[in-house]
Amino acid sequence: MALISLAGIERVFHLGESSVHALARIDLDIAAGEYVAVVGPSGSGKSTLLNLLGLLDQPTLGTYHLEGRDVTTLTPDEQAAVRSQRIGFVFQSFHLVPRLTAAENIALPMMLAGMPASVREQRVQQALRNFGLDARAHHRPDELSGGQRQRVAIARATIMQPAVLLADEPTGNLDRATGDEVIHLLEGLNASGVTLIIVTHDAKMAVRARRQITMEDGQMKADSVQAGVDKPPQTPTQSG
Amino acid sequence: MNNTQPGSMRRRDIIHFARAAATAYPLRTLLSILAMAIGVASVVLLTALGDGARRYVVAKFSSLGSNLVIVLPGRSATGGFNPANGITTTPRDLTVDDAAALLRAPAIQRVAPLMVGTSEISANGRVREVVAAGSTASFMPIRNFELAQGKFLPDEDWRSSSAVAVIGTTIQKDIFDNQPAVGKLIRLGDRRLRVIGVLKSTGQGVGMNTDELVIVPVGLAQALFNSNNLFRIMIQARGREQIEAAKTQVTAIIKARHGGEEDVTVITQDAVLATFDKLLGALTAAVAGIAAISLLVAGVLVMNVMLVAVSQRRAEIGLIKALGARSATIRQIFLTEAAMLSLAGAVTGYLFGQLGAWGLRWAFPVFPAYAPDWAVAAALATALMTGLIFGLLPAQRAAKLDPVDALMRH
Repeated sequence: MALISLAGIERVFHLGESSVHALARIDLDIAAGEYVAVVGPSGSGKSTLLNLLGLLDQPTLGTYHLEGRDVTTLTPDEQAAVRSQRIGFVFQSFHLVPRLTAAENIALPMMLAGMPASVREQRVQQALRNFGLDARAHHRPDELSGGQRQRVAIARATIMQPAVLLADEPTGNLDRATGDEVIHLLEGLNASGVTLIIVTHDAKMAVRARRQITMEDGQMKADSVQAGVDKPPQTPTQSG
Repeated sequence: MNNTQPGSMRRRDIIHFARAAATAYPLRTLLSILAMAIGVASVVLLTALGDGARRYVVAKFSSLGSNLVIVLPGRSATGGFNPANGITTTPRDLTVDDAAALLRAPAIQRVAPLMVGTSEISANGRVREVVAAGSTASFMPIRNFELAQGKFLPDEDWRSSSAVAVIGTTIQKDIFDNQPAVGKLIRLGDRRLRVIGVLKSTGQGVGMNTDELVIVPVGLAQALFNSNNLFRIMIQARGREQIEAAKTQVTAIIKARHGGEEDVTVITQDAVLATFDKLLGALTAAVAGIAAISLLVAGVLVMNVMLVAVSQRRAEIGLIKALGARSATIRQIFLTEAAMLSLAGAVTGYLFGQLGAWGLRWAFPVFPAYAPDWAVAAALATALMTGLIFGLLPAQRAAKLDPVDALMRH
């Protein structure tokens, strides 16, 4: 059974008189543990797709099954619970809460889920160690480097042990070296079993993924799976 | 209590989160707290003033004497215009004989006629205008006077007129430079009198200032002013429960003496007290109401501040929605923040108001400026309520934010 299963997904935005098909006729299955890159030019619908997968947005038509459960018919509170337990987000601009320390930012999803402080403390300590952030635990985001900020964000995204990690241009605000570091980190998480879906317009980064989905004008233009397992192929097969 | 629902944010965490959010913007937080504080402080201070005035007046009236019944010549206008009064003849004068007749009434313990006029006092080479009161020995116990030196008017026949006077402390100071006055001779109008007593200072009382008074026997006052008209008859009833009986008996006796004409007004201290109590109580409530408007304004300010907070924190709201926060949780966070601002403002305002009231009491020790409990409770409750009510709209707006939109705008 696929972890994610989209069938006949449409997403229409109404802008005044005209309507825009941000997504049209999307049928997509993603198995647990997959590493998927979604590529395409801006306005191709890749971010809309990611928002739908993250239950931040609702499809106009079609069904979305996550872990076999139809999540499109859930109430907003039930969807919030699914986001809390099963989905992790990593954003281009990190989206850390500026007044909270690194440790508090990492603990935020657990706090929102009502977990007791003792459990939170334990898990945050573990995450700080895992992500090499021990020394930065009590620093606020403005005292952290870009790479450290994104590591805090990834620690936060994985702290609830989600089934799927959605990353929207996770290296977009980082220099090359730091970006690579972050990508390796995400790939390491994928290797340990988390399904990883990355939206990017960076072809070099996209080819690292085993599966690439190319979006154009709200439609899936190509869906290619590579034979290579862990190492990136020499030539890009698809580029946006 | 701690956890409203499994999977929803703990109350403790909501409070911590909201507090951190409020302190992250110290200026706007301080300003809205200040607005709320001013509202609460003005309620506390203004009601302290109003209620202080009420207590002050009530205390002064009570110090006039106990179980007091006062007879005034003429029908009082305070009862409203009575057509029956329109056809009556000019009221008769209230005389010393009327006062003496009241001694027969069983409910009455003491009676003191009171005649008042202005005269000129001269002694020790100095002259000044004074208010002279003609009365009898009973005047002292009825009005609760105390003497600083000497003794009060002798208990003698009301018709006789010993050439004696009791003076107030201001007169003593002005004429005798605070030197002992008892035994000294003064001239009042065309009479030479001997000072036999000095009243203890009472400060400003209701009606007349006894510090500036010269009290002489009523017979002497009649001769001095060449008049029979009494200003008042002061009566002390035998007890509190006898006040109404005394009033009825007084009315009946005077009516009989005045040819069946009810041409005097009898007032009781209780009635006067109750009237002032009600009047000043209403005034305090009105002032509190006016001050409460500033609380409303503060509520609007809290709303504005919270609306700004919501738009400032759009990205954060989008984020915590993405991280799995329910709408209810977001609403609670923002409502808690609004409640905190209001609560902090209310407590600060309460302290400022009490400090102000304390300052008033310190500056004017005779003025009991204490804010009544009901006003303090109402001010605090109103502050919290307005904060919460005006916090609802921003909280609702935050909860309804579209997470995609909120995250993208960043």
